[in-house]
Amino acid sequence: MSANLINLLIEATGQTLYMVAISAILGTVLGLPLGLFLATSQRGELLSAPWVNKILGLVVNATRSVPFIILVVAIIPFTRMVAGTSIGTTAAIVPLTIATVPFIARLVENAIREVDSGLIEAARAMGATPVQIIRKVLLPEALPGITLGLTLAIVSLIGYSAMVGAVGGEGLGDLGIRYGYQRFMPDVMAIVVIILIVLVQLVQSIGERVATAVDKRATKSGGQ
Amino acid sequence: MTDNMIQGASIAFDKVGKAYTKAGGATVNALEGISLDVAPGSITGIIGRSGAGKSTLLRMVNGLERPTSGKVLVGGEDVGTAKGGKLRAIRRDVGMIFQHFNLLSSRTVAGNIALPLEVAGVPSAQIKPRVADLIERVGLSAQAGRYPAELSGGQKQRIGIARALATGPKVLLSDEATSALDPETTQTVLSLLKDINRDLGLTVLLITHEMAVVRDIASHVAVIEAGRIVEHGATYDIFTAPQHETTRSFLSGVTGVTLPAFVRDRLTQTAPASGGEEVIRVTFAGAHATDPMLARLTKEMGIPVNILAGAVEEIGTRPFGNLLVSMPMPQAAQARAFLEQHGLLTEVLGYVG
Ligand SMILES: Nc1ncnc2c1ncn2[C@@H]1O[C@H](COP(=O)(O)OP(=O)(O)OP(=O)(O)O)[C@@H](O)[C@H]1O
Ligand SMILES: [Mg+2]
Repeated sequence: MSANLINLLIEATGQTLYMVAISAILGTVLGLPLGLFLATSQRGELLSAPWVNKILGLVVNATRSVPFIILVVAIIPFTRMVAGTSIGTTAAIVPLTIATVPFIARLVENAIREVDSGLIEAARAMGATPVQIIRKVLLPEALPGITLGLTLAIVSLIGYSAMVGAVGGEGLGDLGIRYGYQRFMPDVMAIVVIILIVLVQLVQSIGERVATAVDKRATKSGGQ
Repeated sequence: MTDNMIQGASIAFDKVGKAYTKAGGATVNALEGISLDVAPGSITGIIGRSGAGKSTLLRMVNGLERPTSGKVLVGGEDVGTAKGGKLRAIRRDVGMIFQHFNLLSSRTVAGNIALPLEVAGVPSAQIKPRVADLIERVGLSAQAGRYPAELSGGQKQRIGIARALATGPKVLLSDEATSALDPETTQTVLSLLKDINRDLGLTVLLITHEMAVVRDIASHVAVIEAGRIVEHGATYDIFTAPQHETTRSFLSGVTGVTLPAFVRDRLTQTAPASGGEEVIRVTFAGAHATDPMLARLTKEMGIPVNILAGAVEEIGTRPFGNLLVSMPMPQAAQARAFLEQHGLLTEVLGYVG
């Protein structure tokens, strides 16, 4: 394989990591509070705002039901507005983030809802404010679940990032299509797939390690 | 521990009612017309069957539930209408422990106990020594850095107790705090609660469905049935002279004094035309609890007594006994009069032919 191709592969890996990292960070920054709010704003809950909860829930569901490739195309005007252009790797971060926010929000919501309601009750009985309950009880207790959720979100971002070639986003997926498929270079395709597998494995095992490290619910020797 | 004596707060329920509206729009009266005064520094047990309304009643004391009628006063403050900062201030004066401990799995023993102090905005320099004191009081110094998952149920409840005491409350609420523990651990937790009540003087209100817990720790007891208090008073009085059917059935469990099956199956409520025996419950209380009265009955009056079941127990430091006996019909009335005359309580349970 030529040095040129190897450079292309290295470059594409960097681009994929760049897109995934930035959209994961933005997705978390926006999705985490959204998930927290969804988990605590139904009627009678800490931040009770049933109508806002319902509307946000609908928006989240709607966004999640649009296939990613259609989302990418459908929001091109919005992407242009935000990124200044609708084409290229940086522009691709916009649809990636928009697809990830509702996904992360739902994962965070689930993790928060798994926290034993007895803990919320104990905190209320101590005289904790809703904000204190969220910061000192819900978030730390849900941390293992949130970590696994974010891991899942990053893994699916790696998958999505392979589709952004459609709007000129580069990266591993784009390289695989252009060289491996269009120029009949099966070895490039194989390497692209292997790098993607390694990336996913890496993210998954780091995520699981972190989740186990922050999870104090069971003793480390296994079993309850 | 460096606590000064905390003066316990009184708790007063004044015609308290609580109605829940169910999904279909129907209302359930979880509590109705509850009036109860709990004296500062006392340990009061609330006993009742599942669904009787015990938790609902207890949770009104720290405003986790609000009454739909009547008033709940803690140390003179109306909890039922308190909101925001005022309610949170009251809650700092009322500690609570739970059946399933409700400890944060993400925090160590010390971290769990520190939580209410952090919530109350205590500076961290003051939190450390305070937490160390509390850990020592509940005997967990060796476990301070461990996580709840690594501890036994009894140890977890000790953390719960230390946490509940952290802000120096005037009232301690316990919702079936020993129901998930084995009998031996239950005893150690109860005696810890007793020590705390004695040393700190705080008022303890505890829910249980076991009369044994009431006997071991409570100075007063309220029996609750279907949302109403059916009987309340000093524990000794309730144990020695229960008035209500529910109380009696709870007591029969704890005193171990139930009729043997072969008698119970033959028991009738109407006296047989001739012959037969009367089945009587004899309660020995106060000064007479340890007198050999049945022996005297036989010796002085010549009445044979057949003992069916019995036990002598202690409430606080006062002994009381419970005996189920049968006596021949013709002489039974005379025997009861003799026992009553000597300060014992008798109750006719029925007859066997
Ligand atoms: N949030 C609620 N909504 C509707 N009904 C409720 C609610 N909470 C309690 N109840 C009802 O109120 C009644 C009393 O409940 P409570 O939990 O106080 O009983 P309890 O005596 O503590 O029972 P247990 O021994 O099982 O804990 C029950 O009939 C229960 O179904
Ligand atoms: Mg209950």
